[in-house]
Amino acid sequence: MHKNISHSELKIKLDAVKNDLKASVKNMDSYTHVRGESIYVDDTNIKQGTFYGVVFDAPKAHGKIKFIDYTAAEALEGVERIFTYIDVPGENQIGGIFPDEPLFAEDEVHFCGMPVALIIAKSEFVARKAIGLIEIDIEDAPIITTAREAKTQKKFINAPRSFNLGNVEEAFKACDYIFEGETFSNGQEHLYIETQGAYAEPLENGNIKITSSTQGPTSVQKTIAKVLGIPMHKIEVDVVRLGGGFGGKEDQATPWAVMAALASYHLKKPIKLILNRHDDLRMTGKRHPYESTYKIGLSKDLKIQAYQVEFLQNAGAAADLSPAIAERTLFHATNSYFVPNVLSTVHSCKTNLPPNTAFRGFGGPQGMFVIESAIANAASEIGVPARKIQEINLLQENNAFSYGQIAKQVEAKNTWESAKAIFDFKAIEKDIKNFNSVNNDFKKGYAFMPITFGISFTNTSMNHARALVHIYQDGSLGISTAAVEMGQGVNTKMVQIAAQVFSINPKKIKIESTNTTRVANTSPSAASSTADLNGKALLKACHALLDRLKDIIAEDFKVSKKEIALKDEFVYLNNNKSEISWEQLISKAMFKRVALTENAHYATPVIHFDKTKEKGHPFAYHVYGTAIFITTVDCLRGTYVFDEVKIVHDYGRSMSKGIDLGQVEGALIQGMGWMTMEEIAYNEAGRLLSNALSTYKVPDIFSVPKNVEVIPLETKGNDMAILKSKAVGEPPLMYGIGAFFAIQNAIKAFNPKYKLKFHAPMTPEKVLMSLYKN
Amino acid sequence: MINFILNNKITNADVNSSMPLLDYIRYEKHLTGTKIGCREGDCGACTVLVGTLKIDGCVEYRSMTSCIWPIGNANGKHIVTIEGMNLNNSLNVSQDAMKNNYATQCGFCTPGFVVSLIGFCLSNIEKNLNNAIEAISGNICRCTGYKSIEKAANDVCKQLEFSSGKLSIKWLVDNNFIPNYFGDIPKKLLQLKTEHQNVEDGVFVSGGTDLYVQKPDVLRDSTIHLISDNINLKGIYIEHNRCTIGAGHVVSDLWNHSELHQYFPNIKKHLKLVSSEQIRNMASFGGNLVNASPIGDMTIFFLALNSNITIIDKSKNERIIPLKTFYKNYKCYDLHDDELLKNISFKLPSEISFFNFEKVCKREYLDIASVNTAIHIMVNNETISDIHLSMGGVDAIPKYLDKTCAFLKGKKICLELINEANIVLQKEIAPISDVRGSNTYKRLLARQLFFAHFIELFPEIITLNSLMKYA
Repeated sequence: MHKNISHSELKIKLDAVKNDLKASVKNMDSYTHVRGESIYVDDTNIKQGTFYGVVFDAPKAHGKIKFIDYTAAEALEGVERIFTYIDVPGENQIGGIFPDEPLFAEDEVHFCGMPVALIIAKSEFVARKAIGLIEIDIEDAPIITTAREAKTQKKFINAPRSFNLGNVEEAFKACDYIFEGETFSNGQEHLYIETQGAYAEPLENGNIKITSSTQGPTSVQKTIAKVLGIPMHKIEVDVVRLGGGFGGKEDQATPWAVMAALASYHLKKPIKLILNRHDDLRMTGKRHPYESTYKIGLSKDLKIQAYQVEFLQNAGAAADLSPAIAERTLFHATNSYFVPNVLSTVHSCKTNLPPNTAFRGFGGPQGMFVIESAIANAASEIGVPARKIQEINLLQENNAFSYGQIAKQVEAKNTWESAKAIFDFKAIEKDIKNFNSVNNDFKKGYAFMPITFGISFTNTSMNHARALVHIYQDGSLGISTAAVEMGQGVNTKMVQIAAQVFSINPKKIKIESTNTTRVANTSPSAASSTADLNGKALLKACHALLDRLKDIIAEDFKVSKKEIALKDEFVYLNNNKSEISWEQLISKAMFKRVALTENAHYATPVIHFDKTKEKGHPFAYHVYGTAIFITTVDCLRGTYVFDEVKIVHDYGRSMSKGIDLGQVEGALIQGMGWMTMEEIAYNEAGRLLSNALSTYKVPDIFSVPKNVEVIPLETKGNDMAILKSKAVGEPPLMYGIGAFFAIQNAIKAFNPKYKLKFHAPMTPEKVLMSLYKN
Repeated sequence: MINFILNNKITNADVNSSMPLLDYIRYEKHLTGTKIGCREGDCGACTVLVGTLKIDGCVEYRSMTSCIWPIGNANGKHIVTIEGMNLNNSLNVSQDAMKNNYATQCGFCTPGFVVSLIGFCLSNIEKNLNNAIEAISGNICRCTGYKSIEKAANDVCKQLEFSSGKLSIKWLVDNNFIPNYFGDIPKKLLQLKTEHQNVEDGVFVSGGTDLYVQKPDVLRDSTIHLISDNINLKGIYIEHNRCTIGAGHVVSDLWNHSELHQYFPNIKKHLKLVSSEQIRNMASFGGNLVNASPIGDMTIFFLALNSNITIIDKSKNERIIPLKTFYKNYKCYDLHDDELLKNISFKLPSEISFFNFEKVCKREYLDIASVNTAIHIMVNNETISDIHLSMGGVDAIPKYLDKTCAFLKGKKICLELINEANIVLQKEIAPISDVRGSNTYKRLLARQLFFAHFIELFPEIITLNSLMKYA
């Protein structure tokens, strides 16, 4: 079915992608972005009398506060007031899933960077100076920094969870090969270039307006109400856009907004609170490090018969979103493979690190890393290429996932075979072999990385959204949804939806800020599903409006609604252009007192999940893809470059090819960063060592693959996706895992005695040691 | 009072000259297109162009990170922020290329990229994709994965090709690269009255790339004495096979010095490892030497050239010492409070001498080394007549490897010798485990990079394969 294609055919495909990009809609925010005119929280025009806040945080990772003295800090010229837990009128509690996280430490601290007080002063500079004058004494308590240690000491966030399919115990008995091993994947700093921040303004009657850089406006609103002990309607949260989020602003944008609101509540003044980079790195959580152990069993024909895995998730000092992230690890523990017998268990382990949090992939990458390690290890021990085991076990139509959902419209094999054919894997393999046989100082390696990622919040009740559409009397539109624009291009997709329904120029459409007074009770912009949920709601609203507009024409012209269409800003009757323009149609509607505003609600159908049985149908659909990585390792210096990453990705039917390609490339590089150079380091005292951009390195323009080719898989798309255009935010991040295995593959070419290691990231240090030490 | 042109307006800033330019731009002038990402010069979100009027009447523009650059340095210059690059009702070529290639997602890093790209358009550097990428190498983007930005840079290069020959401000204005007020800037700079008083008794600050990372809050409150425009610290001279470089020169001056390229054919490759374009445009050699980091790239570079340094005091007394005796202990060096580094001088490589620089870090470029090392070796009939070898990250100070040099001097280059020299080297170094690597790793890396010098310089005698067999 998948025949290898020639170079000229490949070129045609790539040119087609290029042409699609040229024709594809541009990001509507790019005009102000490139001119420096887009407005982020710190760019908001501040009001007279604004004070500035800086957070004073715990200098130690664990212990009782014996003594704090704010006298000198309070006395500093320009310091307005210092707030602590004592000043909280409501509950000193910001925990989202469990109430286990105080806004300010009371008598104990649980991690380095835990907020203790908020200094409010006439400038950030003065507030920062005041911090240096605070004296604090903390009685040392034992510090736990690793998940394994927490498990030994039985420190958990909640009870462990297990997914179970078939019977692993019985299945292992029948296996020809059984391998066991341990893996570690490190955390990852989000490094949104815009740090966390909020601006709070007091309004009349004790109401407060917050401008926040948050993915979850409702969660900010709800938490402020709780901490201040006032109703939610008194709090308005407004979000224009984020300078990057990646999950880091889903839950952890909240405390800073709450603090700004608290100070504003007391002082009746506007408060600006923007974390500087060092504070942000030190105080906020990251992707969870995982320590895992697995046992994998295969039959002679390389079919995986049984897989048992235990994940130890390093949750940090409070729950944050860890239980939900742990759950998604279980959902993706077998990645793109069908395994008939699975027993997967996850423990959320409580440590003295900042509470770790959502990060693109949300526990999925950590789960996938383990099974990929297990397969690589099995392949190495058996003496076959890992890709053989990967290929043989790819998910097929109607296979069951360990959580009970039956896989439908599966594209795992399709993307895999397409990638092999389109990119001519045989030639790649031959080239690498030739290169390695004539080169000693440099070795090449490759790896395949298939992905299967479920789309929906795994917490079924969160899968809903609303859209509010106003058609103004001049024919222009204002649209509000719950979607937060953070670079993913959701604003552009919303414009496309409305422009398509009404067939009007996108310039007539404005996407309003995300605001809790216009769209309430929202789920955060997360789980890759923002465009799906909000887009479907918007589609409903637009169709309701269109229906009403058609009613007007139907009545005026005595035609049936079926004969009416809008096209290029004109009314068409039976495919014939009428003289009624869009503007005239809207005027008619105004005259006839037809409502030109619509509010629609969408809740994803079909999905359900029963946590008592750990079975159900949690995902609207899955996204598939396959990546091939080719790397060259400098065997003298232990450094590496990526020559190529070639991907066949299942976009469904992409509604914005340029934007979606940007998501694939960006996620890929972020995933590769996690697997290669991004190394979070805490010392034994729980202090972050990689605490600046000089010590924590994310990919720069030189470290990305020389060539990235992404070919869209042509499929029918999925009706659960907005306009059949599948979610694209998170899934491609997991391609990055391939980078880890490609490097190992190259190392093995230089050092045949090398035994694969499964401790990520694969830094140049690990590479050099692997090249020369066995 | 600090007087400069900010975009198209003459600006008289009545602020402490130690204030970072970024704060002035954003919070005094409310030009919010220049973003704050890290305040360490590591992300490029705050990039601005700094234009200096040259003797030939042209303005030379260089990109710099305004977060760690004291506003006092802006005196008499043209400072261009993203707002100063906008055309009235359309996008300029670089902006259009970024938009059309989807090279902006969240948009927060975007103004910095655009400024750097325009800096490339305005520079005298050859207009090819590699140089364009080099120009934006100090800008970090967390969203796009850079491939779209590369495409944008490529489009800009293609547009520049139409210039057919030397780029002029007029051509760039006529072709929508920059707004037309740029044409008046040289005249305006010439007429600009500057009355800035550089305070005598203050902390010496040059480019600020180290001091403003180490102690920004302290500096902001202090009186500083700016030295980046001090002509006594300038000048690159080549005489009698010796090169003298004023300590006030920045790394880019070496990068752009065509005569030195004859002596150091790989200098761009080496300097590319040192830092981003913005930092190379700001960081002075003097600053790098007195920073005394055990891993300072330029220090390692000059140590292997067996450089001398000239130190000058307030009464203009000078003393010359070998750089290798300058460092005493971790961050301790032979310099009094009232003394300044004046220049660095070294013997140039000749036909029988060879220079090489190696550096490995977590991220290949724009990162601090785990280990870096340089070698300057003179060879007669395969025999080492003289050798200078330096290594960073392996001791409390940037290390001149006396013993290893002594061992190698006078001997014939062969596999056996290199392997034995490594044993000497391993005894001479004392790396510690830290965030840049474990002690074991640094020792292994030290060996590999030491080998790398010989593999690079004498490939017909020394190969990795043969060394491995020998080891």
